Amino acid sequence: MTGADAIFLARLQFAFTVGFHIVFPAFSIGLAAFLAVLEGLWLKTDKQVYLDLFHYWLRAFSIVFGMGVVSGLVMSYEFGTNWAQFSQKAGPILGPLLGYEVMTAFFLEAGFLGIMLFGMNKVGKKLHFFATCVVSLGTLISMSWILSSNSWMQTPRGYSIEPGTGRFIPQDWWAIVFNPSFPFRLVHMALAAFLSVAFIVGGVGAWHLLRARRAGRQPTEAVRVMFSMAMWMAALVGPLQILAGDAHGLNTLKYQPAKIAAMEGDWDSEGYAPELLFGIPDMKNETTHYKIAIPYAGSLILTHSLSGKVPGLKDYPKDQRAPSYVVFFSFRIMIALGMLMAATGLFSLWLRRKGTLWSNPLLLRTALILTPAGFIALLCGWVTTEVGRQPFTVYGLLRTADSASPVPGASIATTLAIFVVLYVIVFTSGISILLRGFAEEPHRDQAGPDARQPQRAASMASAISDTAASGHTGSANPGSGE
Amino acid sequence: MDPTGMDLTGAAYWLPIVWAVLAATAIFIYVVLDGFDLGLGMLFLAEPDKKHRNIMVQTIAPVWDGNETWMIFGGAALYGVFPNAYATILPALYLPVLIMLFALIIRGVAFEFRSRMHTQQAQNLWDIGFCGGSLVASLMQGIILGTLVSGIRIEDNKFAGSSFDWLAPFPIFCGLAVACGYALLGATWLIWRTASDLQTTMRKWAGILSVAMLVMIAAVSAWTPALHVTYMQHWTTWPRILYVAPVPVAVIALAILMLQALRGKTSRRIPFFCALGWFFLSFSGLGINIWPYIVPPSMTIWQASSPPASQKFLLAGTVFLLPLILAYTAYAYHVFRGTVNEHSESYH
Ligand code: HDD
Ligand code: HEM
Ligand code: HEM
Repeated sequence: MTGADAIFLARLQFAFTVGFHIVFPAFSIGLAAFLAVLEGLWLKTDKQVYLDLFHYWLRAFSIVFGMGVVSGLVMSYEFGTNWAQFSQKAGPILGPLLGYEVMTAFFLEAGFLGIMLFGMNKVGKKLHFFATCVVSLGTLISMSWILSSNSWMQTPRGYSIEPGTGRFIPQDWWAIVFNPSFPFRLVHMALAAFLSVAFIVGGVGAWHLLRARRAGRQPTEAVRVMFSMAMWMAALVGPLQILAGDAHGLNTLKYQPAKIAAMEGDWDSEGYAPELLFGIPDMKNETTHYKIAIPYAGSLILTHSLSGKVPGLKDYPKDQRAPSYVVFFSFRIMIALGMLMAATGLFSLWLRRKGTLWSNPLLLRTALILTPAGFIALLCGWVTTEVGRQPFTVYGLLRTADSASPVPGASIATTLAIFVVLYVIVFTSGISILLRGFAEEPHRDQAGPDARQPQRAASMASAISDTAASGHTGSANPGSGE
Repeated sequence: MDPTGMDLTGAAYWLPIVWAVLAATAIFIYVVLDGFDLGLGMLFLAEPDKKHRNIMVQTIAPVWDGNETWMIFGGAALYGVFPNAYATILPALYLPVLIMLFALIIRGVAFEFRSRMHTQQAQNLWDIGFCGGSLVASLMQGIILGTLVSGIRIEDNKFAGSSFDWLAPFPIFCGLAVACGYALLGATWLIWRTASDLQTTMRKWAGILSVAMLVMIAAVSAWTPALHVTYMQHWTTWPRILYVAPVPVAVIALAILMLQALRGKTSRRIPFFCALGWFFLSFSGLGINIWPYIVPPSMTIWQASSPPASQKFLLAGTVFLLPLILAYTAYAYHVFRGTVNEHSESYH
């Protein structure tokens, strides 16, 4: 097998494992914040419904978090297994950042996770709430460090290159951490995580609302509260994300114009440029086929003026162009979904005023269909970012081809195949456990996770009190429902 | 006796030493913490009683994630502080490292999934995953250690061996030794944290595993000096022999203590701490052997290091953060202290 094949396999493996990983941290970031809010509301108002929702989503959290940890463990060794030359050269800069991530975030999460999941009766309410907040804070800190690392690879600053070894030597840590694309990427990613989870919560809520409607009964209070909270998030964060994405795009135009050219499928740099809605970029013939364009919109969006000049791929040598046919589409899928989600949020505001938030079938069905939309947009965003910076790992300085490990292609192919099989098993099992949990309607005295024999003894009691206390007629049997 | 001819007062000299000590400490903490929970996983299928299995899991449920974080810390520290070692060891040990990661994935999710299964068969399947994953991960950790000790071929600052260098007698034996040691840690942990029948079973296991571990410690100790001349010199030249000579004596002293504690039914903690002691001694013996190499026989800690600017930056925070981490980790253990049995509150 040739070196180029080995590098391709190493990239494929890295992309597959990180693409798998990212879904769970994003889920954890959003869900941990949601849980902290729920517990805070419970402490403040003393309303049972918030505690019930807290327990309901805490069970999902324990699964999601576990999957985030095991897939993240893989990532922290994969820099070395797949990108040894990269690690040798960029390790002096990125290693300490990862080290700080572990010390300020991962340990914090891990240290308080046990208390958050199982400690309610051991440490008291206040301390338990503190633990929940710390875990949530940990996920946000973790996101900041890893995005700082990734942003440094996109827009490197604060380094010098050691003659002879080609190592990056840190000169100014402040400039390294707060490199130019970091603030934009941080905001965009945080909003992405919140939006993704809002649509998961909203989707589960919509499903229960639709089911209750079909059965001709009232949904539980918990379902209504969670759907409403999710739609508030969608209405707030959806439009914000469009603004953040726009700002991010302007930043990319400034620092990585070649990436923008690939994202837009533009070949010639020009003013009064159109915005392509559709097209098929052709790298070989240096053109984009089947264009559907809005005149002047390209210049308007990217430069906020009609005459603004946008970059074209032909400005760059052939060996420095990112594969436009990937990023052109991933970028458009992200944007389309972002618009849809923002529109859904705004629509919910209007229905809220009309008083039909919980019953409008169009909203409920849309929310149900859009359940995974946040995660799909998030993955498309990452594909855009990462593929768009090719053929470099450290933008403009270190080529992907010079980053690889001396590992034979056959080894990588074998382990890639195992990763695929393993992750498919883990993913389907995890998702089916989550779905089974979501199939149960959140109800009064909802049980949380259990370290021993989950939901057996605990939810037997809650099932009894539940049927006794409220007129709950949920179809799922909590005693065996988990 | 400075192998690199550097300025002995310069940061480039002492920073790597500080980091080598810190890294060794972190690895030791990892071995202890994840050691007992991997060991518990290996003993899982040996315990047919479902109720007992649930108790076993319950003793580690609130803490296993923290235990695994030490491994992530190890990877990150190596990447940031000794990037050349990170970039050499991982490609050289590509297959065992990935097999270990696969095993840790299976065991980590099995932990979360097993109790959420509807059917007994499905639960049994994840129980096998939990046990098998723990076993394979432990074996691979031992193999990685063994390969490292027996030496990695480097040319041009890059790994130059073959993909299967680790499939040799010494590494495989180390794999078995580590797996056996972890199982002992797991058994003694359960003696500490459980009661009645389960505890009695674990006392039996701990006895068998202690004997096996002693034999393996002896075998590895006899085998290691034969691998390289430098290792041999550590055991035979003055004054280095002074460091290593007390090790065998202490191992035997602990063995006596352990056997007494296992026979007398009273003391619940001593076996665990004896097992820890063995690990500590073997670990420091190993450290003395390979010092100052990080990738024997050719890459020293100085050659592996990142520039002082990187090591200093990370050290500045580590000095504060590590004690803090140890403090709240201890607190988390404290919250979930006490004997676990069928009647203890199910955590929820
Ligand atoms: C901190 C580093 C980092 C982070 C957070 C990510 N990546 Fe990445 N990614 C890399 C570091 C990296 C890399 C090591 O630099 C790679 C390997 C080869 C390359 O060119 O860049 C890469 C390549 C790479 C490729 C292959 C590009 C190609 O072959 O053209 C894809 C599709 C992704 N990544 C996708 C993702 C996704 C979906 C991520 C989000 C979750 C993500 N990456 C986060
Ligand atoms: C290649 C790069 C990455 C590496 C090496 C990496 C490493 C890890 C590791 C080791 C963990 C487990 C920590 C634990 O024990 O709690 C983890 C979890 C996490 N990661 Fe990543 N990660 C990467 C990419 C990302 C990205 C792109 C993000 C998001 C912006 C992210 C955010 C998080 C968060 C918030 C957690 C904690 C929540 C959870 O465990 O589910 N990571 N990561
Ligand atoms: C419609 C509005 C949106 C716009 C204009 C927009 C814009 C952008 C741009 C320009 C990038 C590329 C950054 C780069 O060049 O490195 C990007 C990346 C990304 N987008 Fe969006 N986006 C939008 C919606 C969304 C939504 C709805 C999500 C997810 C829920 C999302 C998630 C991401 C992620 C995760 C990345 C990669 C990380 C990063 O570089 O920030 N985006 N977005």
